[in-house]
Amino acid sequence: MAAIFSGAPPQSGPGYSFTQTPKAVPSGERQHGFYPYTDNGGSTLGISGADFTILAGDTRSTSGYNINTRYAPKLFKIGGEGPDNKGARIVLSVVGFAADGDALKERLDTIVKMYKYQHGKPMSVTACAQRLSHILYNKRFFPYYVHAILGGLDEEGKGALYSYDPVGSYEREQCRAAGAASSLIMPFLDNQVNFKNMYMPGSGTGHELKAKEAGPLPQDHVEDLVRDAFTSAVERHIEVGDGLQMMIINREGIHETYTALKRD
Amino acid sequence: MAGFDFSNHNRNAALHAQGVPLPKATSTGTTIVGCLFDGGVVIAADTRATSGPIVADKNCEKLHYIAPQIWCAGAGTAADTEFTTAIISSNLELHSLSTGRKPRVVTCMTLLKQHLFRYQGHIGAYLVVAGVDPTGCHLFTVHAHGSTDKLPYVTMGSGSLAAMSVFETQWKRNMARDDAVKLCADAIQAGIWNDLGSGSNVDVAVITEEKTTLMRNHITPNVRVPKQRNYRFEKGTTAVLNEKVITREEVSKYVTVHELQDDSVTATAETMDVDS
Amino acid sequence: MNHLPQAWGRPRDDVYGAYDNSHFQSAGPNQHTQSPIVTGTSVVAAKFKGGVVIAADNLASYGSLARFTDVKRLRKFNDNVVVGFGGDVSDMQYLDRLLNSLDIRENYSSVDDPLNAKNLHTYLAKVMYKRRSDFNPLWNHLLIAGLDGEAKPFLASADLLGTTFSSPTLATGFGAHLAQPILRRTIPDEDSVQNVSQDDAVKLVKECMKVLFYRDARSMDKYSIAIITKEGVDLVDGVKLENQSWAFAEQIRGYGTQTV
Repeated sequence: MAAIFSGAPPQSGPGYSFTQTPKAVPSGERQHGFYPYTDNGGSTLGISGADFTILAGDTRSTSGYNINTRYAPKLFKIGGEGPDNKGARIVLSVVGFAADGDALKERLDTIVKMYKYQHGKPMSVTACAQRLSHILYNKRFFPYYVHAILGGLDEEGKGALYSYDPVGSYEREQCRAAGAASSLIMPFLDNQVNFKNMYMPGSGTGHELKAKEAGPLPQDHVEDLVRDAFTSAVERHIEVGDGLQMMIINREGIHETYTALKRD
Repeated sequence: MAGFDFSNHNRNAALHAQGVPLPKATSTGTTIVGCLFDGGVVIAADTRATSGPIVADKNCEKLHYIAPQIWCAGAGTAADTEFTTAIISSNLELHSLSTGRKPRVVTCMTLLKQHLFRYQGHIGAYLVVAGVDPTGCHLFTVHAHGSTDKLPYVTMGSGSLAAMSVFETQWKRNMARDDAVKLCADAIQAGIWNDLGSGSNVDVAVITEEKTTLMRNHITPNVRVPKQRNYRFEKGTTAVLNEKVITREEVSKYVTVHELQDDSVTATAETMDVDS
Repeated sequence: MNHLPQAWGRPRDDVYGAYDNSHFQSAGPNQHTQSPIVTGTSVVAAKFKGGVVIAADNLASYGSLARFTDVKRLRKFNDNVVVGFGGDVSDMQYLDRLLNSLDIRENYSSVDDPLNAKNLHTYLAKVMYKRRSDFNPLWNHLLIAGLDGEAKPFLASADLLGTTFSSPTLATGFGAHLAQPILRRTIPDEDSVQNVSQDDAVKLVKECMKVLFYRDARSMDKYSIAIITKEGVDLVDGVKLENQSWAFAEQIRGYGTQTV
C-alpha cells in the first residue's frame, strides 16, 4: 500500500517542476515559541428593537478546562462621565481573548470621552461604530482577537446594533450572537427573531405559502429570548455558564441586570 | 480473525498528511473516583460526555459492569472505555465459568493492563477498577498505557485534581459506608463545579461482600431550568410542497398503533433522564 | 499544467530557474521567543471579611531540579498591597526592581494617598500586556492582593498575556487545579466573603499549601504567607508546613498483584 504514495511529491511543498524545495527551517534553532493569544471562552449576543437594544453575555472566564472566575463582565458602557460611565448611551460587548477585549474597550472609551470634551456633544452610535471598525483594522496584522458587538440608539431613537469581526469588518444588524456558543445561539435567533424557515399557517398552498414576516419585537419578548438562548447554551457548551449579564439601552439610559446561570 | 482491522491505516495516514483532520471521538472529559472503606469500596463518576467544547451527553453512564461484585469507572475515549470493559467483562465471565470460582479484582486488573499495554496507549481507556472478592476489597487505577496503581483513594480524568483536593483534605482511614459515599460524591462535585470537562449528575456504586448497590443519579444538582417562552410551532408553520396521507389502518399492518389519551401531550418515544 | 494545487501560480523552475531560498537561512535577527528557566510554582490567595491572605512556597525550580529553597515570592509593595509571583524568577526580579522604582517615584511625588491594590493591579496588568504585545513577555502569573481605594479587600490576577480577572479566591499554576476547588468550597462567591474570618481564611490557605505539597512535584514544605488588613501587611517568610498526614502510606503494598 505504501508504495502507491511514495511517488508523490511532498504534499506540503511545491510540485514536480521544482528541483530545489526549501530545505532549511525559517530560523536557526527551534525554540518554544510564544503565542500571544488565548481564548477565554464565553458568549455574547445582541438584539435591537424599535426603541431599544439589548446586549447580553455570560460572566464565565475560562482557560482550558479551568474556570478563571465566575464573574468577569464582557459588557462595557462606553462614554459617559468618569470611571463609572455615568450617562453613557453606548454599550460594547467583547468576547474572545479577554486582554485584547479590555484593551479595545479602554481605547474606544477614551476616544468617545475625548470626543465629548472636544466637541461638546456625545458621539453618535453611527460614528462610534465606524471608529471601532477603524481601531480594529489599524491592527490588521496583529489583530485584537475579539468578536465585538456595539449597541445603542441611532439618531432617530431606533435600536442600533453593530457586529464586528476581529479585523474590523462591520455591519448593522437586527441580531447577532458571538463567541464560543455563537454557532448554537445564532440559528435560534435566525428562527425566533428573523422568523427564518417559518411560514404563515394557511396563507396559501405550495409556493404560494407566505413566509412569516420579521419585524421589531417588544422588549419583554426579546429579554425572554435572550434568557432562553443562554440557558440553552449553558446546557450544551462547557465554556458558557455562571452568570448572565444584560444591558438594555433605551431612551431612559442603560439598565443593567444580572441572572445566575448553571455553574457546572 | 480476532483483533482490530488496520486495512484503512495507509489511506488514513495519507489523508492526514494532506491536512484532513482525524474524526473527533466522544470523550468522557470526566471526573471519576474510588475509595475503600470498612467492609467495601465505593466508586463514583460525573455524567457529562463531551466532544470538544460541546456537551455530547448530559447524563451518560461512566460506571461499567465487569462482574456482579466488580465495577469499573471509565475516563478517556468513550468507545474505548465501553469496549474495553465489555471485553474484559466477557473474558472474566468465561474464566469464572471455567474455574467455577468468583472472579477476582486482581484478575480483572491484570487482564485490563495486559490488554491496554498491548495497544501501547492507542486504546484511550483510563479506568478505576473496584470490587470485592474472596480475598477482600480492592481498588485500582489502570492507565491507557497499562500501568496500574493500588491506593486507598484514587481519582482520574480531567477533574482528577479537583477531586483529589477533596480526598487530600477529608480522607480518613477506616471510614463508614455512608461517610465514604459522601466523600466520593463530594469529590465528584469538586470536578463538576471546577472542571469544565465534568458536569451534570453524580453516579455512585457501593460494593460490599453482600451486594453491589448502583446509585444512578445519586445527586442531581444541575436540573435544566424551565424556559421563559413556549417554542412549539403552530401547525402549518413549515412549508409543505407535497403531501401523502397514510391511514392508520395501513400503518397498522406494519407497527402497533397506540391511541394517545390527551391531544395536548406530545408523544415521546423515550424520555431523557434529566428531563423533569 | 501541473495538477497539484500546491504548484499553481508558482514560477516554474524550467522557465524561471530554481527558487532562491537564501532568505530562509537563519542569519537574520532572532528575537524574543523564550521560555521560563528558573521557576516558582503556585500562588494561592483568598479574601476574608476585612482583608486578604496570600501564600507562595519558597522554592525556585530549574526544570525538575529543586535549585533554590529560600526564594521569597511574595513582595510587599506598601501597607496596602502584596504581590505574589508565579513563573520565571528572573522576570520576577525584574518586576521587583520595577516596583522599587515605582515606589520611590511615588514617595517623592506630592500626592498624599499611596497606591492601592487596584492601582497596582492596573499598572502591572498594563506592563504585562505591553510586553506580550512586543512579543517579549514577562513569563509570570501574578496575584495582586490588598485593599482597594475604599479600603475593601481586593484580589486580582495578571498573567504573561496581559489577561486579568478577579475573584474572591485565586490560585496560579498547579494551584488553579488543586487549591481553587478547596477555596471555592468555603468561599464560592463575593457574598460569602463576609462570613469568612481572618483565622478561617488563613487556615484554608494553609490547608491548600499542604495539599499542593502533597501533589505538586515542583513544590516544597516551606512557604511565605501574608495577611493584608486595614492594620497593614503581616508578611511571614519561611513558615513550615504543619500537620502533614502520611498515614495512608503504611498499608500500601505494591501497585497491582503484590500483597507483601
